[in-house]
Amino acid sequence: MSTQSLYLIFFGGLLPLMYFGYILGRNKAITIRTKGIKMHSQPDQYGWFSALYTGLPVMTVGVVGVFSYLFGFDGIPPFMLIVTALSLGALSLFLISKKMNEHTRARNLVEEFIKGILMMAAFISILTTFGILISIITEAIHFFQRESFWGFIFGTTWDPDTAFLAGAGRGGEDVAEAKFGAIPIFAGTFYITAIAMLVAVPIGLLSAIYLSEYATTKTRDRVKPALEVLAGIPTVVYGFFAAITVAPLFVDLFEAFGIQASYRSALGAGVVMGIMIIPIIASLSDDVIKSVPNNIRNGSLALGMNKAETIKFVVLPSAMPGIIAAVLLGISRALGETMIVVMAAGLRPNLTWNPLEDMTTVTVKIVESLVGDQEFNSSLTLSAFALGLVLFVVTLVINIISITIIRKFHKKYKVSNL
Amino acid sequence: MSKKVDMKVDSNNFKGDMGDGEKKIKVSSKDLWLWYGEKEALQGVNLDIYEKKITAFIGPSGCGKSTYLRCLNRMNDLIDSVRIEGKVEIDGHDIYAPGVDEVAVRKRVGMVFQQPNPFPKSIYENVAYAPLMHDIVKKGSDCDELVENSLKGAGLWEEVKDMLKQPGTALSGGQQQRLCIARTIAVQPDVILMDEPTSALDPISTQIIERLMIELKERFTLIVVTHNMQQAARVADMTAFFHIGELVEYGETEQIFVNPQESRTEQYITGKFG
Amino acid sequence: MSKIDKNNGFYIPQLEKRRAKAKRFKYIAMSALIVSLAFLMFFLYDMFRQGIPAFKQTYVKIQVEITEENLENPYGFLDRDMISIVSRAWLRDLPNQAAANPEWLGTTQEFWALAGAESDQYMKGGENRLKDRVKDRIDELKESGDIRFQTNLIFFFTGDSKIPENAGFYSAIIGSILTMLVTMSLAVPIGIMTAIYLEEFAPDNKLTQFIEVNINNLAAIPSILFGLLGLAIFINFFGVPRSSALVGGMTLALMSLPIIIVSSKAALKSVPNTIRQAGFGLGLTRWQIVRDHVLPPAMPGMLTGSIIALAQAMGETAPLIIVGMIAFVPDAATNILSAATVMPAQIYTWSGMPEKAYIEKTAAGILVLLSVLITLNAVAIYLRKKYTKTW
Repeated sequence: MSTQSLYLIFFGGLLPLMYFGYILGRNKAITIRTKGIKMHSQPDQYGWFSALYTGLPVMTVGVVGVFSYLFGFDGIPPFMLIVTALSLGALSLFLISKKMNEHTRARNLVEEFIKGILMMAAFISILTTFGILISIITEAIHFFQRESFWGFIFGTTWDPDTAFLAGAGRGGEDVAEAKFGAIPIFAGTFYITAIAMLVAVPIGLLSAIYLSEYATTKTRDRVKPALEVLAGIPTVVYGFFAAITVAPLFVDLFEAFGIQASYRSALGAGVVMGIMIIPIIASLSDDVIKSVPNNIRNGSLALGMNKAETIKFVVLPSAMPGIIAAVLLGISRALGETMIVVMAAGLRPNLTWNPLEDMTTVTVKIVESLVGDQEFNSSLTLSAFALGLVLFVVTLVINIISITIIRKFHKKYKVSNL
Repeated sequence: MSKKVDMKVDSNNFKGDMGDGEKKIKVSSKDLWLWYGEKEALQGVNLDIYEKKITAFIGPSGCGKSTYLRCLNRMNDLIDSVRIEGKVEIDGHDIYAPGVDEVAVRKRVGMVFQQPNPFPKSIYENVAYAPLMHDIVKKGSDCDELVENSLKGAGLWEEVKDMLKQPGTALSGGQQQRLCIARTIAVQPDVILMDEPTSALDPISTQIIERLMIELKERFTLIVVTHNMQQAARVADMTAFFHIGELVEYGETEQIFVNPQESRTEQYITGKFG
Repeated sequence: MSKIDKNNGFYIPQLEKRRAKAKRFKYIAMSALIVSLAFLMFFLYDMFRQGIPAFKQTYVKIQVEITEENLENPYGFLDRDMISIVSRAWLRDLPNQAAANPEWLGTTQEFWALAGAESDQYMKGGENRLKDRVKDRIDELKESGDIRFQTNLIFFFTGDSKIPENAGFYSAIIGSILTMLVTMSLAVPIGIMTAIYLEEFAPDNKLTQFIEVNINNLAAIPSILFGLLGLAIFINFFGVPRSSALVGGMTLALMSLPIIIVSSKAALKSVPNTIRQAGFGLGLTRWQIVRDHVLPPAMPGMLTGSIIALAQAMGETAPLIIVGMIAFVPDAATNILSAATVMPAQIYTWSGMPEKAYIEKTAAGILVLLSVLITLNAVAIYLRKKYTKTW
């Protein structure tokens, strides 16, 4: 029996059953009421109560069944399962119609049911975090069972090319050992992030200052949506822009000075990543600067300070925690950014200070090792999860710090020391 | 200090303190009109304020007293929709004359606000910031001395001398307000405007600040907006009563409170409205 | 007090220097903003410059005698210059067309045949690898009006192809729609329900706070990690087919969940508490109040947040690469379980192609994607403006 027809039978049985439950519950309630007996709830509520609690056992069995199949238990034929589920529903309907009376707190029971469903939805959001954590950690552990943890964290050579041979069972004495030293990858990630922040922080922050302190309302209303557009551009588009337009531009530019630059230079990827982050920093900083109370500005202006002096001495220090949080969020975006670096940065792990050479990043390596027809259990594939774990931990820590700072900022102003 | 306050409150003897005939006009507004967009907020105010006296502005909320106060150091310039006509002269010079830098005006006319608003910096920096920017002192011992004198002037020195590097925001509300006064007098202005300086404070802090005002008038011309008529009666030499953007009555405090000429003033003072 | 009287009684010479400095600061800040806007302008200009040509395509007029022999070997009846000009894809398709029109057999038909990518590039003035001889031939055809541009319908109505002139965005558009349907039907209800629970029902305890912190963190986790989750859990554990709209949609749903939750919570929070209190005063239950009095005014805000989250998901590529949605998909997916590609993934694959024709198509794809995203965002902003209620 095909999956579709199974679903058809399931819902074909469930929905009429629930509808029937509704009618039955309501009619019974109306009957009781016409006898002049005072009831706890409205007839409609008895209908809903009856319908929902008829459906509950059916759906529970259905969900449990689906999951047990996904986990590989297929002892009971699906058709039998559906029949069981529906008969349970019928039984429950029968019991409800028998036992329901004027004392049944139908309204409360319906509300409990709704609350339960809402709670389950909330539960899914936590499951996601744990899902990410568990999926990454499990696979990362598999990786570290094969490769040394310290070699990964402190090794300076990333050369996994021979890993696939071992994965294919062809590894042997004559094959050079694959090396998973991630230092060059981390270095490339931080280097490109640093370039991005060098572009994004000054431009983003100064833009925010202009927007919040100088611009007229009219300018603001026009520029803010433009920045939102910039923020809404998908990263794959930035990647294309970096690879096709910006990288050749840099190559030509440096060639004019007789310097050779790579078409996949860290500089090109970093600058475009910086452009991507400008609106993030600008809009967050704009929010914080706007939230500095006017009262403090007036205090400085009343001392005969001009606007720029007031901004530098009073407004920015007040907004500083929020600005730092914005920069941290920008950094975490840059560290986890994938498409720009995949398309415009190098694939070769390269430990260098020269921004014109190609460099690779954590995200590039994750993508590289998971694209293609790798065996899932090869060290190369698993290395993606080890790198992912590092990325997860670092960005998580940064996010927590920045969220905490923003929270504190909103509570009270922090103060810089003399 | 306390002696003087006592004398005033007890005897209500303003005249003796003022020295008759020595009134020198410091600030003078001539036919000052102000509009917020279309709304008229001040209707041709003519007022002379005397040097080294405390002048109080009273009146019901929305009467224009704060608006008028902010005209005196051009703080209203910061609001886009405001339009001002007329003159405000300080020592005979119109602050609204073309070519006058409002920043320079504010150096001469300091202001203390309703909510204490210390900068998110240390106590020392709060006071030293403006004098350094204005080149009144250079960094170093001169500056330290000025900070000390200003804090003493604001009656705060004893409380904070050991914690100058602490943030100004860590002080209590009353101390913060005195810190704001200290940083204002550090710039050595001629006139200090105070916009309901005690309305956010507890009674004890209020008392301290009222005493401080009386001390400060030895050196500065003080103009105080207050919501509290008793406060005006306690500290002010001159009192002006505003109502709906109009200066209704202006005179020596005693006369305003004891023998108001206008019926509206009398009604306000006796609590018929406000 | 200093009373240096230059023009007026307030003139202080030191102020000049400070004023100049302040002015400089203002201009620096302004130029930063101009620079960021200039980036946007340059970027949009660049995309239009590269992408607009892809919306027209070169077609060439040829006469073909429909015979068995010519249909057997479509390359035979053209001279060698024309073989370089006409698209291989068109020639390959000719027998199919002839089969669909049996009455053609034995006649000579005139066609506007699709031109090859190289000729197309030559016509558009781009780089190409055509021989000079072929270029001259194209120039001649241009003189006689036998070669011309037509609106490029192929781009919108065919899927990907290894032949650049025959490659289109259609399967990516369909893939995006399918993926978004999955994402929407999962993320929007779950997100809104979570927000309702957290904002209206949950007790304010440690667990609730933990969930809220979690959601905030989730919103800032790099998207590629959601791809790792999708790969490890949906594909490897639950066995959802790789490259399918289902796995892509589920992965993106998890990614957009926190954004939807956060904005929905904000929308619920903006409904003043007095309304809830009034409801309790009337003896309504919590759910009745939420359903009848809190949700209706909060709905536009939730909708806006959901649209913005979906627009973001629509432009997402990294997690989809990880779950295999960059496969070569010539035919549009027919259901959520078959292999599909999405717009950004198609853009990514094309951008890696060496031929100039693909670059043009990439930029055109970007224009399509951007216009969809900007439309979605505009709708969201419009909704927000129209329904924002100040209490």
